[in-house]
Amino acid sequence: MAAARTFRMLPGFNLTLGYTLGYLSLIVLIPLAAVFLKTAELTLAEFWDVVTAPRVVASYKLSFGMSLLAAAINAVFGLMLAWALVRYSFPGKKLIDALVDLPFALPTAVAGISLTALYAKNGWFGQFLEPLGIQVAFKPLGVLVALVFIGLPFVVRTVQPILEDLDTELEEAATSLGAQRWQTFRHVILPILFPALLTGFALAFARAVGEYGSVIFIAGNIPMVSEITPLMIITKLEQYDYTGATAIATVMLILSFTLLLIINGLQAWTAKRTGRDR
Amino acid sequence: MAGATTLRLGAAADFGQTRFEARAATRETPLVKWLILGTALTFFAVFLLMPLIAVFVEALRNGWETYATALVDPDALSALRLTLIAAAIALPLNLVFGVAAAWAIAKFEFRGKHFLITLIDLPFSVSPVIAGLIYVLVFGAQGWFGPWLAEHDLKIIFAVPGIVLATVFVTFPFIARELIPLMQAQGKEEEEAAVVLGANGLQTFWHVTLPNIKWGLLYGVILTNARAMGEFGAVSVVSGHIRGQTNTLPLHVEILYNEYQFAAAFAVASLLALLALVTLGVKTWVEHRAAHAQHDVSEGQS
Repeated sequence: MAAARTFRMLPGFNLTLGYTLGYLSLIVLIPLAAVFLKTAELTLAEFWDVVTAPRVVASYKLSFGMSLLAAAINAVFGLMLAWALVRYSFPGKKLIDALVDLPFALPTAVAGISLTALYAKNGWFGQFLEPLGIQVAFKPLGVLVALVFIGLPFVVRTVQPILEDLDTELEEAATSLGAQRWQTFRHVILPILFPALLTGFALAFARAVGEYGSVIFIAGNIPMVSEITPLMIITKLEQYDYTGATAIATVMLILSFTLLLIINGLQAWTAKRTGRDR
Repeated sequence: MAGATTLRLGAAADFGQTRFEARAATRETPLVKWLILGTALTFFAVFLLMPLIAVFVEALRNGWETYATALVDPDALSALRLTLIAAAIALPLNLVFGVAAAWAIAKFEFRGKHFLITLIDLPFSVSPVIAGLIYVLVFGAQGWFGPWLAEHDLKIIFAVPGIVLATVFVTFPFIARELIPLMQAQGKEEEEAAVVLGANGLQTFWHVTLPNIKWGLLYGVILTNARAMGEFGAVSVVSGHIRGQTNTLPLHVEILYNEYQFAAAFAVASLLALLALVTLGVKTWVEHRAAHAQHDVSEGQS
């Protein structure tokens, strides 16, 4: 390998890389490894019993189902919002553009109690939905509302730069060849946007599955009905059932790592499709 | 995973019409335009704007006096102090890490670089609850170092160090993720020129690299700070919720809310919402400045 070593003109490689690896191991890798090592104390049958207990399975269904639905809703409306922000001029546009990042900046607990206040029986939205027989707060629908809130900026912020970079020539060519506006969108614009849209969807989904703070206030946390998976970990911890909590965490971590790989692949696809670095 | 939060440069300038509205081929019929605009803005108002407004309205529901009382309550003040302490420790730690990681990754070639970047991203894709759990497994009473810590009368979990650790974990990638692509795009020619001219490593970093990355660095710091002060899930697991001792502001909001002191909970929440608004304001300003800086550079080169 000595022959392959190149001369490094800039100083600090060993120091900075060494520090990076050391700090990464101490803060992230070793503590994360604890989850897998602790789970390994269980036999496979014990592990299976914990992660397939009916109450836990109900929480997977709720967490995954609502996260998928929220990400899909955000993909549709996030695309519309990104489209409006890039293509149209309207008063207050800059302010709205800045406020799209609110879910990134607003502490999740604040979002949680605020959404609960809005959708509770006597809340601003709740008082109109209640007579229609629609209950949001303390029901699975409340989980969906919180996850839509938390995921929206992911879609807008991944689609928006691609839309901004789009060449107007493409659409002009399509129009001059006789394409209707909808055809141009469907066959010219959407294929370019698609990888970014899918990335935004995946990012929103990944965030939603692990989300805790904004959901627990509005969910009501009724066993078998409105308990999310992260809450199951907390519940086990409060009962001092550390192995139980860790087993569920293992399932979630494996899902998160899989999603991370998929998202990395999607981002590479976006870069290839649009010629952007990221 | 940081893709959605990274610094955006050169957002379309909007003087009157956008370039898409100016051409017949790239605009929709007025009906379609108003449908899209109306739907998008209604969605924005219902899901983002109303929750923000509701925080302030609920906070002031019982008047300014209740509001002020909630904020000067000793438990609220001690929660504020702990929140500031956690952010003040997590921020410099992750700042040094972010700069070191970006230097190693952007200025040098080595095997496994992409894998390293993925590992740095990990904390973004881990649920906050798991971020708290991992430190309980390492430092908790039944954890790896639990017996040793108890023997030496040290407390990490259900104490301040645990809260700081959890905060460091959830804000771990922000600065590194901001700097890596920025420093990669800038290359290393300028630094190499400085070294050839006789500058040492620190001088090169201070006088050549730092001026080039200052906006990206500031951007990462703002995002780190916002997340550090607002983190709930991870901190909740390791805090133990001891009033006046191990409660941060977001945890204090939860306690007040669960005790049905809604006005007080929203009063404290409004402080955090203000922090979020300031964060967004500074962030927009930094984006604006960074776009200008980039504009000046490209002007100078042409």
